[in-house]
Amino acid sequence: MGTYDGKEAAKLQHHLHSHLPSDPALRAKTLESLVVERGLVAPETLDAWIEAYSEHIGPKRGAQVVARAWTDPDFRARLLEDAGEAIREFGFEGSATGHLKAVENTADRHNVVVCTLCSCYPFALLGMSPPWYKSAEYRARTVREPRVVLAEFGVTLEDGVGVRVWDSTAELRYLVVPERPEGTEGWDAARLAAIVTRNSMIGTQRDLNPEAA
Amino acid sequence: MDGMHDLGGRQGFGPVRVSDDDPAFETEADARIYAISQTVAPDEGTIDWFRHTIELMPPRAYMTEPYFQKWLFVILIEQIQAGGFSVDGVLGAAQGAAPAKAPKAAKTPKAPPPVQSVDDVLKRVRGQYGSFERPARTPPRFEPGQRVRTLRHGHDGHIRLPAYVRGATGDVLRHRGAHLLPDAGARGEKRPEHLYTVVFTAPELWGDAADARDTVTLDLWESYLVPA
Repeated sequence: MGTYDGKEAAKLQHHLHSHLPSDPALRAKTLESLVVERGLVAPETLDAWIEAYSEHIGPKRGAQVVARAWTDPDFRARLLEDAGEAIREFGFEGSATGHLKAVENTADRHNVVVCTLCSCYPFALLGMSPPWYKSAEYRARTVREPRVVLAEFGVTLEDGVGVRVWDSTAELRYLVVPERPEGTEGWDAARLAAIVTRNSMIGTQRDLNPEAA
Repeated sequence: MDGMHDLGGRQGFGPVRVSDDDPAFETEADARIYAISQTVAPDEGTIDWFRHTIELMPPRAYMTEPYFQKWLFVILIEQIQAGGFSVDGVLGAAQGAAPAKAPKAAKTPKAPPPVQSVDDVLKRVRGQYGSFERPARTPPRFEPGQRVRTLRHGHDGHIRLPAYVRGATGDVLRHRGAHLLPDAGARGEKRPEHLYTVVFTAPELWGDAADARDTVTLDLWESYLVPA
């Protein structure tokens, strides 16, 4: 049980950083050997968690949710009302989605999500976050110069578009619902889901490409 | 605390290393650490204490350690503080020394833990769905549309009021109900407090040179706000 003793934790941080070897792989092996030796977890269980997040939980889940919102107005309404509840219809609820909110891009609004204080992310819906999302560059710059950051991702915005940056400072998590691209009329949800990218659901891509299907 | 983690608006960084298709984990070490973080946790630790322990890293280390190495240090510290590991045991294991005996206080399970299958894991992830909302103890002080100002100062503990937004005036966009206050959670206390999504204009935060079309929203607890 945590002691919630910040002074002691700070001392331990300094001590361990001064004395542990710097090699990240060696440190991870050390941690695993300690938790396995203590009987806290079996290595095969760790394998299963890695497989779950590598093969089953990922942005394809979010893409299915977005495609359903495009094709089913009632679902779209439920998603915008309470996304955390709406994704339970898919069984996608879980880690960090208890207070999920969906925010829609429109002709005059582009949404982009960041966590400046750590790297909060809706894991159970979008899987592990990309390296850039956790980087100091993205966390520092997105709130201050979102248009410059978006340009680095290749996003161009028309004059009338305002950018809204959502800084995830509480347990709310945000899913950006990109605009459905022209040229996809009559497509079913499965075909549409194939063109919804991870970055578009974070907000670092605006225009989806129907040719990507 | 005004730690190195509070990165919003800091300048001097280079371009974002853009990618649009990444493996779930960058390295095997990252994957193992994430899996351990999801399976090995002291009872009743809070997410707030987890985040605060990361914030207590030496600033130089915070800026240079890879993301999941930060988690590794938290897991080690939580285990040391819970009495499961000793500092010498951790350092000895890293040097390849023979496994150190658990400290006397450690409660080593007698039977090895049951192995979880991928299906078990997928069920457990669904079970991680949880709410931080609690019944409110007081009526909300603010309502949507109201002008509010954020506090000028934080405090030495864990707080989710970033430096870049302190002392700024914005509009309440939504009232989100009463959520557990992270400042209290990092001390092991459960204190519900009204939470609001507040929207700030870019010029309010960054000056007149900022683009007037743009806005930044943050989710802020009632005690971070005063009427404007």
